[in-house]
Amino acid sequence: MKPFDYIRAGDASEAVDAAADGATIIAGGTNLLDLMKHEVMAPGRLVDITRLDLKRIEDMDGGLRIGALVTNSDLAADMRVRRSWPALAQALLAGASGQLRNKASTGGNLLQRTRCYYFYDTAMPCNKRAPGSGCGAIGGATRLHAILGGSDACIATHPSDMAVGLTMLGAEVEIMGQGGATRRVPLTEFYRLPGDTPHIETVLEPGELITAVILPPPAAGAQTYRKVRDRASYAFALVSVAARLRLEEGRIAEAALAFGGIAPRPWRDAAAEELLCGEQPSEALFVRAADTLLQGAEAQEGNAFKIPLLRRTLTATLSQLWKESSQ
Amino acid sequence: MQITLNINREECPLDLDPRTTLLDALRNHLGQCGTKKGCDHGQCGACTVIVNGRRINSCLTLACMHEGDEITTIEGLGAPGALSALQGAFVRYDGFQCGYCTSGQICSATAMLDELREGWPSHVTKDLTGEAALSDAEIAERMSGNLCRCSAYPNIVAAIREVAEGEG
Amino acid sequence: MTAHHKMDEPDRRNRLDAMAQGIVGVGMDRPDGPEKVSGRAVYAHDGQVKDMLHGVMVRATIAKGTLLGIDEEPVKALPGVRAVLHGPRFLRNPAQGAAGEAPVQGSAEIAYFGQPVALVVADTFEQARHGAQSLALRYDEAEATVAPGEAEAETPEDKQSATGDLDAAMRDAAFSVDRTYTTPPHNSAPMEPHAAIAEYRDGKFTVRASCQMVKYNLDELADSLGVDAADVHLLSPFVGGGFGSKLGISAEAVAAALAARELDRPVAVALSRPQVFEATMRRSETRQRFRLAADADGRLTGVGHEVLVSNLPGETFSEPATQATPFLYRGENRVIGHRIARVNRTCAGSVRAPGEAVGVTALEIAMDELAQAAGVDPVELRRRNIPEEDPSRGVPFSSHMLEAALDDGAERFGWSDRPKGGTRNGEWLIGCGMASSSRVNLLNDSAARVTMNRDGTALVETDMTDIGTGTYAILTQVAAEMLGLPPDRVETRLGDSDLPKGAGSGGSQGASSSASSVFLACERLRCEIAERAGCAEEALTLKDGHAISDNRQQPLAELLQEPLSAEGVIHPGDAESRVRQASFGAFFVEVGVSAVTGEARVRRMHGSFAAGRILNAKTARSQCLGGMTFGIGMALTEELMHDPRDGHIVNRDLAEYHVPVNADVPQLTVNLLEERDPWTNPVQAKGIGELAICGAGASIVNAIHDACGVRVRDLPATLDKILPGLPERAGREG
Repeated sequence: MKPFDYIRAGDASEAVDAAADGATIIAGGTNLLDLMKHEVMAPGRLVDITRLDLKRIEDMDGGLRIGALVTNSDLAADMRVRRSWPALAQALLAGASGQLRNKASTGGNLLQRTRCYYFYDTAMPCNKRAPGSGCGAIGGATRLHAILGGSDACIATHPSDMAVGLTMLGAEVEIMGQGGATRRVPLTEFYRLPGDTPHIETVLEPGELITAVILPPPAAGAQTYRKVRDRASYAFALVSVAARLRLEEGRIAEAALAFGGIAPRPWRDAAAEELLCGEQPSEALFVRAADTLLQGAEAQEGNAFKIPLLRRTLTATLSQLWKESSQ
Repeated sequence: MQITLNINREECPLDLDPRTTLLDALRNHLGQCGTKKGCDHGQCGACTVIVNGRRINSCLTLACMHEGDEITTIEGLGAPGALSALQGAFVRYDGFQCGYCTSGQICSATAMLDELREGWPSHVTKDLTGEAALSDAEIAERMSGNLCRCSAYPNIVAAIREVAEGEG
Repeated sequence: MTAHHKMDEPDRRNRLDAMAQGIVGVGMDRPDGPEKVSGRAVYAHDGQVKDMLHGVMVRATIAKGTLLGIDEEPVKALPGVRAVLHGPRFLRNPAQGAAGEAPVQGSAEIAYFGQPVALVVADTFEQARHGAQSLALRYDEAEATVAPGEAEAETPEDKQSATGDLDAAMRDAAFSVDRTYTTPPHNSAPMEPHAAIAEYRDGKFTVRASCQMVKYNLDELADSLGVDAADVHLLSPFVGGGFGSKLGISAEAVAAALAARELDRPVAVALSRPQVFEATMRRSETRQRFRLAADADGRLTGVGHEVLVSNLPGETFSEPATQATPFLYRGENRVIGHRIARVNRTCAGSVRAPGEAVGVTALEIAMDELAQAAGVDPVELRRRNIPEEDPSRGVPFSSHMLEAALDDGAERFGWSDRPKGGTRNGEWLIGCGMASSSRVNLLNDSAARVTMNRDGTALVETDMTDIGTGTYAILTQVAAEMLGLPPDRVETRLGDSDLPKGAGSGGSQGASSSASSVFLACERLRCEIAERAGCAEEALTLKDGHAISDNRQQPLAELLQEPLSAEGVIHPGDAESRVRQASFGAFFVEVGVSAVTGEARVRRMHGSFAAGRILNAKTARSQCLGGMTFGIGMALTEELMHDPRDGHIVNRDLAEYHVPVNADVPQLTVNLLEERDPWTNPVQAKGIGELAICGAGASIVNAIHDACGVRVRDLPATLDKILPGLPERAGREG
């Protein structure tokens, strides 16, 4: 870990100013410090925002405004979330461990970096860590890697469970810039695909601070989050599915889907959702939706299993929601 | 930098490199070596301490971020001759072998029981809005952030269950 | 007073059974428990001393080549940095178990990616870590061989054997299996990373380290430093797990000692978790071909087991995967083959139960395939193939408990009432499997001193270690039993090289060897007390601090004018060659396999084991829980992944090397069978720490087959290997 200056922000504008000046924001620190210890990230200045007033979960326009510093634990335990956005609570509870969830913040979780082995090892080439150095994963070990949305420069996946749940639920990110002005970005537009610049992961500009995540009002229908992993707990997703189905008179009126473990960002595919809408649910339909989703999937030797795994997991998840909706 | 940490109800003044984690501050600067370093990256739970009533990995947080916090370590939970209920149960059930993960397991379990009391759900809770039962599966899931390579897991679950049931 | 005993003859006296205290075998709480649960137990890196500096190791980042130079100056200029060390005394890799001498040394020649080649020492850990990360190394890179399948393989003559005609047996067999199984490399992953704190004063080293076998480690450390063993004091009172990875001295202890001498300050060095993965020991991957030939009744007529393992050039250890094959089952036509590929990968060494852990696992999957082919119940197939005597050596078994373990386990598990394979529980397919377990039984030279004090207390001393195995408990119990003292009157001191040289922890011989030495010392003390009490030793009863003979009872203290001390030393002898000694057991398991995802989870698991006299029912059971869980990891999750290009370990942390977590392990059940094996040692205890891993993984893989029909032959059985065999439609039934 490189030496750094540590400053504690008294309010959001101080944090934003420091960030604009090149400081890196630290909140829960569970991923940043992890990476700093490996010198994968090496900020010269840290601005601690943990004392800012961003820890509240407030009702807003029928939805929720979740402060950026709300911990994963507190968010998952919030009765409003458990009752009305259960897929989010499930996604949070499927992530990490009790200890990490107590520290990890909502904003920080969105910004966590990939778990790619080659990103983490500074002796390896990695275009995300060291632009232009190449991709170690291609031709190497790829169990964790993307089958959708990757590029020749990078096939790393985004590791968050929470972000997949939020993406499915149509959440927006509230971002404060210098001067205190805020803007809202739908989560579907928050992350950038790697292309030739895998080191640029989001639309956040230097000096911007995530202040909250906005959840739209609860949507009707059945929803769930399903995570598939190598251990029963405390492991990153091989694939995960967040899904919501609303049935009307035996037909699918609304479908929302998001996927984790398969792409550089929480993955959403409008075509797959559209294919479902207006149709009578059936396993065959769900398989067709999966096929649509997986069109253009590109696998390496080590992650080819994710294609059938995702197809089966999506089909089963939709079948489960269908069953729940029919009861 | 100069900071003061409140550890086990004692004010501890320290002069630290900002890079120092809470774990390394405890071990290398305060000589409180009950808290263990197993991976230093939040992947094993051996360093678990309780901060303001919540369990966290002390390896993934900077000491300087904890001024004013109430920090409880394994040394603050009990001592030989005056063990906490969980510490005693871990001995009786053989909830450890080598003992290296044990400080973290017990800090984790201590705070985990508070989470249960507060009605927090877990990944294996069937009804998210209902009350979580004190089943082995619930305890095991909630304790999965603490690795034990000797695998005293069944004994750890039994020890925690006994203490939790005794309270209920 | 020193009592020596060599195990040439069976000891049928069962002296411990004649004692009166009634504490041996009892599931006594560990005497070291309160210290461990309160954070007071002092592990290697906990014994911090004043003015201590911190060192962090630096690795090589090529697979093979020569280190041309190290740019020390920029690092030395960093704040707090005191020194950059490297050179001919740095260890290339840890010493192999019981080596007793330095392993290959020197920073200059690099043999694998991750080899520790330098140490940066600074005032604080933070400064040292950054210094280590900043150190630039210059190499002359050479072409490396990293894939065992492409490497040159040695075929050592003494590791090959053949009797009869296996090819003919296979041809004539009513049923046969000819399959190849693979297991991936594993890491021991003890929760305590390898660490040492070294001090150098007046020409002598004091090193607190995390060691399994102090007597060998002392010699290895001294030899590595180029000093006399008398000038090194090694302390290892608490060890945070070893599982083979701390059998031999490793790089950090030598580097810490070198730095302490150079800087004249205490120096602490702990390996980071990635360094534990890269720079200690891995279990070699194995490629194992099994040929089983059986007659119409499923009786084996032939067994062939040919393995390919790997290691660094020059290492003598090679995973002895065939170790139990020569004696576990009958069959007159036999082939054993063993080849070693020389690769530039992290050193291969002992990981819990080297040999049988993977060898019996592959054999027991093959036996399941044979049972299926022959249409014989898997338990019955094994019962039919229990040999009368060691079929390879033609010597009798000292004691044979496999049938008892199979029967006991089957009954306790409810094998005959098990759910039909493939039974649905929601999306989960339920299946059951079983496997035999066996591990060779060993004895090692071991010494201990026992001192009786006038206040009615006793002190047991040996450099033997407790790596979680329960040594503090069992040695206390043996001494308390023999001397008639309540266990809280007995103190056991371990892990100090100034104490009598014990066996060390490794190969499941530590408990029986060290307990035997304590037994012998106590027996000697009993003779002395008997003499003073005026009776024969056999007629002396010691209980609760009193000596009883001929209806006379007097406090022990009255018989002791001064502290009474004796040393006991056990030596292995002819018993090793006259009989085949092994411990046995059986696993029974129920798994669920998701029909959707192929995820496999253990639902319940039982083990019945026979390991001679059980010295402490509680700690012995815990050892079995640990072994069975290693089996769960081996079957389902654990795999070191090597990069195909440079061989480096890709998943070198605990997030991606998946040791089982609490939620992976159901409430395991264990039953320990009564056994007295007179050939083993005077306390009739056998190894148990490794028995419960040998074959455990096979029972799970066999259960997966029962559940969903997918036969996994390449471990671990991760979902990607199960998925292709599942029906296309997971279905909504159930």
